[in-house]
Amino acid sequence: MRHSIHSLIGLAAVLAATLAGAPPAQAGTYNLEIARGAIDVAGRPQDAMTINGGIPGPVLRFTEGEDLTINVTNKMDVDTSIHWHGLILPYQQDGVPGISFPGIKPGETFTYTFPAQQSGTYWYHSHSGLQEQSGVYGSIIIDPKTREPFRYDREYVVVLSDWHKTDTPKTILSNLKIMADYYNYQQRTLGTLLDDVKKMGFGAALADRMAWGDMRMMPSDIADVSGYVFLMNGRNPDQNWTGLFKPGERVRLRFVNAAAMTFFDVRIPGLKMTVVQADGNNVRPVPVDEFRIAVAETYDVIIRPTEDKAYTLFAESMARTGHARGTLTPEMGRTAAVPDARPKQFLTMADMGMAHGDMPGMDHGAMKMDHGKMSHGAMKMPGGDHMMPDGTMMKGMDHGKMGHGAMASNPKDDPFYAPGSGLMPKAAEGGKFLSYADLKAFRPLYPDREATRVIEVRLTGNMERYIWSINDVKYSDAEPIKLKFGERVRFKFINETMMTHPMHLHGMWQILDNGSGKYNPAKHTISIAPGTTVEADIEADAEGQWAFHCHLMYHMASGMFRKVVVERETAEIAR
Amino acid sequence: MNYSNSFLPAAILATAVFIPTSIARAAEMDDAIYWQFQVDQLESRAGDGADVVAWDANAWIGNDDHRLAFKSEGENPIGKRLEKAELQFLYRRPISTFFDLNAGIRHDLRPDPDRTYAVIGVQGLAKQFVETDANLFLSETGDLSARLEAEVDWRLTQRLILQPTAEINVAFSEDRRIHSGAGINTVEAGLRLKYEIRREFAPYVGLHYERKVGATANFARGEGEDTDSLRFVAGVSFWF
Repeated sequence: MRHSIHSLIGLAAVLAATLAGAPPAQAGTYNLEIARGAIDVAGRPQDAMTINGGIPGPVLRFTEGEDLTINVTNKMDVDTSIHWHGLILPYQQDGVPGISFPGIKPGETFTYTFPAQQSGTYWYHSHSGLQEQSGVYGSIIIDPKTREPFRYDREYVVVLSDWHKTDTPKTILSNLKIMADYYNYQQRTLGTLLDDVKKMGFGAALADRMAWGDMRMMPSDIADVSGYVFLMNGRNPDQNWTGLFKPGERVRLRFVNAAAMTFFDVRIPGLKMTVVQADGNNVRPVPVDEFRIAVAETYDVIIRPTEDKAYTLFAESMARTGHARGTLTPEMGRTAAVPDARPKQFLTMADMGMAHGDMPGMDHGAMKMDHGKMSHGAMKMPGGDHMMPDGTMMKGMDHGKMGHGAMASNPKDDPFYAPGSGLMPKAAEGGKFLSYADLKAFRPLYPDREATRVIEVRLTGNMERYIWSINDVKYSDAEPIKLKFGERVRFKFINETMMTHPMHLHGMWQILDNGSGKYNPAKHTISIAPGTTVEADIEADAEGQWAFHCHLMYHMASGMFRKVVVERETAEIAR
Repeated sequence: MNYSNSFLPAAILATAVFIPTSIARAAEMDDAIYWQFQVDQLESRAGDGADVVAWDANAWIGNDDHRLAFKSEGENPIGKRLEKAELQFLYRRPISTFFDLNAGIRHDLRPDPDRTYAVIGVQGLAKQFVETDANLFLSETGDLSARLEAEVDWRLTQRLILQPTAEINVAFSEDRRIHSGAGINTVEAGLRLKYEIRREFAPYVGLHYERKVGATANFARGEGEDTDSLRFVAGVSFWF
């Protein structure tokens, strides 16, 4: 197995930094230096925060079982930190200021020491303020002790991220707090009204406007922030990050979504991708044509380009505001066509928690929505069937007034999206789009057992005030979630907002219930689409204090965050 | 930023006094203090009667739960004495998803004689994206009055906005010295076409209509003033 050029550069950077430091390099010691620098991905140099002089930081390559010593030096004038995203480690090494440790003061070095207990693709990033948006992130590869259940000849890390063309992270947050739709330049206008009138008639178009107006929400509210340039391994689409291959080789691509706010739909036109790992854990191989990578997730895919030609790695933002792009080619300088942007996506009433198809445990009688006032003109019902899963018909729905003409049928809806969701992914060139339902653990990490209790995690928010919360309480007003060491609990995520939230638990796996039983996949980040309920089990096997939050940076910063405390019941142990 | 010379430090100090618990928790990112200074209207009105420069500005500072706010509006006939000028200092807190409660003090420098009022009101985003502001005022002379304001942004394009506005002033008793009759005092309506060069800066043109009603209209007629006026406006709105 050959290491990629990219990985080698990363390792060289680590090695160079190690040699530059005073103590002689020893196996398992890594040095990272966080400093202010400049980045030019938007046509002019802009202030950034770099790790060992680059964005992203170096690829850190460890071996499973290795004892790690990682010195992180802060060369900036503000506090910093590094969090090892997805790694299982003692909580004091987790790198979250205020929860794991006090943070790294200017001029100081913090030494992280922990064993690499797992293998796979992970990443690291600052957990201080909004530094991740300024460039403090990089990838981690941990090579397994034993042979992996798949083969490849070459590999590349593909770090996707977003960089703002004009505004600093602080300005972005401030703008969102002052005017939540500050960055939304896809709002409904007179023009879109006239388009809709043409499509669905005046009555239906107006009724649809009234329904959204009643909620004071916008169907174009898919990404809170626009104005990003999207990067692949720190390069913009014109700078075209390039990886080489020899026709016939199997190439492993380790995708990391290190963006602050952007979900990407990833495809390589002309090539099938086989997903072999999700969030660092091996899964049963799934051949796909396209997959969606939520903020903070990682996916490993294997491709086998047999032709002597260049291919475009195309990662389009979920809101269709742009793309990251790179090229895989047999020789430098060759490129392939870059696909056109797909039409903008718009939320539907289904994304507003008004899905009537697949919401387990939903009390339809207690729903606050006035169905009489709902515009069904824009709703897309799967198969045009209004039968509820429990066999009852939808209540209060005036079928006579429904715009059946505008309905679209999609018999193969993804169960992780509300039926009729405007965000429902579909492969651009046809074929298979990866669903969470396809992820089956290659080997379960834990014995299968029933959770002893359910913790309801309602994802809530006030879009108008840009306050994001869990169970209607933001972080600064909330009590920690307490887990007992050794227990298995079930998190029941109920997304009551119109945004997709990638929920990340530090220190422990979340075992996503996708119906695969003991083969349910273990993930560090689970993305929950609007209007859906998703359940995951947590084995509380890591004592200490952990962070648990939405990984959309500005959601985390405005309250969608909890401290999770895992405690031993000392009284019982004493007995 | 000159505006901050006197107001902002005072407001920050007042906020700190008001919300010590929030300051103590300021380490949490989700409890940070934000502020905005906004000039909603700064315009020249020309048409019936004398040309006038009018303004409507506000500012706030605070966190999600507690804010101090400042409002000012007024009219100054060009080349003449200030005609209307009002200042409000308010404490603001959310009372529902979309609405805030305002309570504080209003002081009118003009008309003469000046008046100070206690203010209580509710403002927020009503259905169909209508920005509303409803306030009750109790003056130092014991007179109760109310004001209802509504405004909506209709986007013609992503940057071109048609903005209808309406305002009704009602008095529950007569305050003869400031020419305020009992009942509906004035009705105002506006239609402005704005172009957002950026979110923070939008020049506009439009129409402004104002009508004095009932006893207030009689006071005006007694003074030889017009009871209604329709004017073209040109101005700018901005915030930072």
